[in-house]
Amino acid sequence: MKLSKKILALGLAACMTVPMFTACGNDAGTSTDPADGGASDSTAEGGTLVIGGIGPITGGAAVYGNAVKNGIQLAVDEINAAGGVNGMKLVLDFQDDEHNEEKAVNAYNTLKDNDMKILIGTVTSNPCIAVAAESAKDNIFQLTPSGSAVECVANDNAFRICFNDPNQGTASAQYIAQNGVATKVAVIYDSSDVYSTGIYEKFNSEAAAQGLEVVAAEAFTADSKTDFSVQIQKVQESGAELLFLPIYYQEAALILQQADKAGLSIKYFGCDGLDGLIDQLGDDVALAKGVMLLTPFAADATDDKTVAFTTAYKAAYNNEVPIQFAADGYDAVYAVKAAIEKAGITDASISASDLCDALKTAMTEITLEGVTGTITWSADGEPTKDPKAMEIVITENEDGTKTGSYAAL
Amino acid sequence: MMSFITYLVNGISLGSIYALIALGYTMVYGIAKMLNFAHGDIIMVGGFTIFTAMSTAWCPVWLSVIIGIIVCTVLGVLVEKVAYKPLRNAPPLAVLITAIGVSYLLQNVALLIFGSAAQSFTSIVKNVAPVTIGGVTVSMETVISIIVSVVIMICLTFFINKTKAGKAMLAVAEDKGAAELMGINVNSTISLTFAIGSALAAVASALLCSSYPQISPYTGSMPGIKAFVAAVFGGIGSIPGAMIGGILLGIIENLSKAYISSQLSDAIVFLVLIVVLIVKPTGIMGKKINEKV
Repeated sequence: MKLSKKILALGLAACMTVPMFTACGNDAGTSTDPADGGASDSTAEGGTLVIGGIGPITGGAAVYGNAVKNGIQLAVDEINAAGGVNGMKLVLDFQDDEHNEEKAVNAYNTLKDNDMKILIGTVTSNPCIAVAAESAKDNIFQLTPSGSAVECVANDNAFRICFNDPNQGTASAQYIAQNGVATKVAVIYDSSDVYSTGIYEKFNSEAAAQGLEVVAAEAFTADSKTDFSVQIQKVQESGAELLFLPIYYQEAALILQQADKAGLSIKYFGCDGLDGLIDQLGDDVALAKGVMLLTPFAADATDDKTVAFTTAYKAAYNNEVPIQFAADGYDAVYAVKAAIEKAGITDASISASDLCDALKTAMTEITLEGVTGTITWSADGEPTKDPKAMEIVITENEDGTKTGSYAAL
Repeated sequence: MMSFITYLVNGISLGSIYALIALGYTMVYGIAKMLNFAHGDIIMVGGFTIFTAMSTAWCPVWLSVIIGIIVCTVLGVLVEKVAYKPLRNAPPLAVLITAIGVSYLLQNVALLIFGSAAQSFTSIVKNVAPVTIGGVTVSMETVISIIVSVVIMICLTFFINKTKAGKAMLAVAEDKGAAELMGINVNSTISLTFAIGSALAAVASALLCSSYPQISPYTGSMPGIKAFVAAVFGGIGSIPGAMIGGILLGIIENLSKAYISSQLSDAIVFLVLIVVLIVKPTGIMGKKINEKV
């Protein structure tokens, strides 16, 4: 009895130490230590400006977080190689939030301790809203690459690169109606998620204005997001020609798989949350054939900006094709650079609050020729740019396996 | 009418998976008088074991499922030996908290090994076309779920009522002290219960992950809670109760999604539970225990 208790205690102690070690490992892997940046102080006469980044590096939304982080890092490296911004070197300190509000606020506090001057983040909507409240209190300039909920930029210190949710819903309805994709539309959305309901509500009202008929609107919640058989069958019975999915890719993958089994053949249309669907489907990637999504960036577009970005990104990250989130992160850094230049800031020792005041004004005066389009900002933090629609195409490899990729419509 | 039958069949399929999981809860409660909240996470471990075995090229599907069953059985017995047995005479609350602790331990170990992103699970009946019976199209996963659950339930009922080990379980459930006096080894009977419950969890995980082909460290938690509800619904401690409770729960969930509201289905499921417990506090098949004075 005594011995077994000791063994148990030892085992428990071992279990507790394992996460501690890996946690340390994560930190070293996912963030650039500001101390490293300190060493380059001597080379930049304006000093070193710490840019904080927050996003999910692990967890269900990790695809987005990693893409944004890579996009930001690429832009930071490019800018530093070209001499920095007004003589200041940029350093990225990126923290993981696992798509969780509390962890995002913790990450934000860590970044403040690490002398962050500008925040690029967070990547996903709910954590972004939580962090936005903090950054407004501290008056730190916040630019979210991809936080699309309306509330993300409710405060005047916050701006965004991507469309907001209502705009995605409106633009989707307009695209479907104006290009004659379908007239009878069904929707499956996540009623427990602010991103999904935001898009759905605007889509619904714009659909009516555009003469689209929403024949079925089915919901699910975070607690029951595996079984979609009922929703799919209702869509099937509604006679819809197109299923609109304003949701994230994990659930979308399950819906595609279950719809296939239920014998539903329908057109699919989604928003930027579907980015990542191809990887999630694994062996079933062929199911994604013809799925349309509205996103401001396509890696295979042929304009000079996109080609240059895609080539550089592939070279830096093991031939990985950048998704929209990578482009958002990349554009965010260049937007910050343009705003700093516009405001004429040359000294990195400026306080975060003073910097925020200067950048708030400068953001509304710049025009960014970014990879996600030509963007201008209004004082409410919303960007103006044109959406692009894309389609997933499936190509068969020599060994019979299939690969998915995006093609501009 | 056709659509009603499809909703019903899908509900039975979902419910039979709940029933398999609920059996694990109810057997352990009946015999050890404890709520094993780590049961849902045993399902997750089973799912990841099968997932890992299937991703190695040489391992065929049937062998992967068997490996999953073996791993879960060993894990279930091990958890019982390490975490619950030392607490056999402790207050029920201490055991309950330990069970929750084991649940988090398993979840977090899985998070460390596999990360929290959902991974794509290859169905155990891949590339088998759906079957159409009288105009109703049903996927192969649904058919298999129902058949496997029914077969397992028949076998289990036979085992409990006809074999020596099964009768020992019934005796321990009735009165632990008296059973021991009659020469039944209580400790090994409890271990056997955990072994069977965990093996059923592994089968449930194969069916669950094939029907909804994704796996993450949280895969087991929601079905685990629903199955616990099913066990209480049917009368915790009663084996036929777990089966009926599970299948009813699946049907209620699907029909309320279909005919009332897809958002409120969970609320309706729990509302039904509350109503049943008010009318019949021991659950549908629960035994009424008279306290002797």
